[in-house]
Amino acid sequence: MMEATSIGASGGGRPSLESPGSRRGEKAIKGLLALCGLLSVVTTTAIVVALIGPTISFFGEVSFGEFFSTGWFPTFNPPTFGVFDIVVGTLNVTLWGMVFAIPIGLGAAIYLAEYASPRVRKVVKPILEILAGIPTVAIGFFAVSFLLPIIQDVWPGGFLGGADKPFLAIAAGLGIGLMIVPIIASISEDAMSAVPQGLREGAYAMGATKAKVATRVVFPAALSGIVASIVLGISRAVGETMIVVLAAGSTPNATLNPVESIQAITSFIAVTATGDISQGSITYEAVFAAGTVLFLMTLAMNVISIRLVRRYREVYE
Amino acid sequence: MESSVPPTERARFAVAGARANVAAALGSQPRADVTRNNLFAGLLFVSILIALAGLVALLAQAFIDGAPALSTKLITEPPSTIDTANAGFRPALIGSVVMIAFVIGMIVPLGVGAAIYLEEYADSTRWWNRVIELNIQNLAAVPSIIYGILGLGLIVRGPLDLGFILFAGAMTLALLVLPIVIIAAREAIRAVPPSIREGSLALGATQWQTIRRQVLPAAIPGVATGVILAVSRALGETAPLLLVGATVFVTADPMPFDGNYSALPVQIFQYATRPQADFQTLAAAGIILMLVVLIAMNSVAIWLRNRYEQKW
Repeated sequence: MMEATSIGASGGGRPSLESPGSRRGEKAIKGLLALCGLLSVVTTTAIVVALIGPTISFFGEVSFGEFFSTGWFPTFNPPTFGVFDIVVGTLNVTLWGMVFAIPIGLGAAIYLAEYASPRVRKVVKPILEILAGIPTVAIGFFAVSFLLPIIQDVWPGGFLGGADKPFLAIAAGLGIGLMIVPIIASISEDAMSAVPQGLREGAYAMGATKAKVATRVVFPAALSGIVASIVLGISRAVGETMIVVLAAGSTPNATLNPVESIQAITSFIAVTATGDISQGSITYEAVFAAGTVLFLMTLAMNVISIRLVRRYREVYE
Repeated sequence: MESSVPPTERARFAVAGARANVAAALGSQPRADVTRNNLFAGLLFVSILIALAGLVALLAQAFIDGAPALSTKLITEPPSTIDTANAGFRPALIGSVVMIAFVIGMIVPLGVGAAIYLEEYADSTRWWNRVIELNIQNLAAVPSIIYGILGLGLIVRGPLDLGFILFAGAMTLALLVLPIVIIAAREAIRAVPPSIREGSLALGATQWQTIRRQVLPAAIPGVATGVILAVSRALGETAPLLLVGATVFVTADPMPFDGNYSALPVQIFQYATRPQADFQTLAAAGIILMLVVLIAMNSVAIWLRNRYEQKW
């Protein structure tokens, strides 16, 4: 750079070799692009602003003590707002979704990262991508019209109260599990593929089998990425709306029983805000208060998962 | 040329020989370990099969349930609760298409702009740029229904006060999928090697000229793939639209800035919530329609990726 400038100066009559960044318009373009980047911050701020106003006026009418208890009956007279009912409902479907998705997702990830031949990987990975791209309304329809009747049929008699309700938390849970599997599989597979080959070769040289290498070397080495995928999966499950609206019912019910009809936070928001509720009514504000709870729950999990992913990237890449 | 065997081959022979020696000296792996290994591999394979079976069952069920209603009426006829034999998705389909057009118009400039800023201009050691980055990652994982609340509180009502119109739905969806475009566009821009930029700058181009004439053209396939992925996400999104007005049973073709509107997934949802068999069939047929559009779009994305992907 220095040299180029001095040659330019001695040559004379050459166009200016000042730093290109200082040309007219360049600064304006940079500013414009920075504004585009800033829009993401504006969006987050807007989400917080949208949630916070009605939430504050909600807590003007409903005490914290009432909110953090059970009994969610916003349409009763007088209404009660015990958010634990719908929070536990969300945890219910999330729990059963993860019981399905964690073993299947991790199994698929280990298979793809450690066992599969390049040819199998080339076939299976796009199929998992297709699964990841199926709209949740389609998965919800599948859960309610295919999984639900099967569960009602095969559920053993009166076990846990029997599966004879019109909607079941576990039907939604399995649908959510199906949605989460590709998320867990692809992020975990990334993390396991990032584990240096040398670690595997060291273990093979000691006479370890593939299974031992996968479970005792690669799995622990990729643990932060695997945990990140699970946390992100939980966050997705907690925020999922259409599957729970269609398959889990709309009965607020603070239970983790898989064969109960429940209401999740998201399904309360969807069902309530869909009706023509008047702005400023307590029900309208309850939608935003529930939204705040949901936003904080997922925000915490997203931050954890982003941190964890960054950690394995820093270690191995 | 002392040997006709290439060096890598020789190394492989050497390793194989050493392995045979070690195996002969130490015996093979314990039988129990081998059994356990095979069992483990079998279990892993079963888990993949279960995931695939789920996908296959989902598709098969939609096709079997929806087959009776598959006809051009799905596209040409409005929905109906009375004449279910002639009901379709026309206004919802138009609503989705118009909304997607608006979404593309918004996310392409904004998403690519943000990606260029973060990759080409931003100094990632500055805290504000790190905040933007963390923000985008988090926004990509915010539940879609929260965007619906944002749309309801600030776009439909509140400061923008647009009312329950199609354009409000499009804005909500655009905000929802913007992080996808930004993340994909950043990856595409990052994949353009620095030497391309350095060559351009060395010839006297300004930074913006370099970006416009060298970096962006090279990054277009990646950006296009990201946009298609974002659009297919937007096309299938239902929950946020429920909050910003796409809920009414719409039988007339929608207008962008005026009156009621619906969208394909929302119409599917409405049919799906009605217990009668006719509506279930219509819902399944709608799902087929939606999946066909989505698979077509994704195939284009994959084709783009394979056709124009540059190896530097």
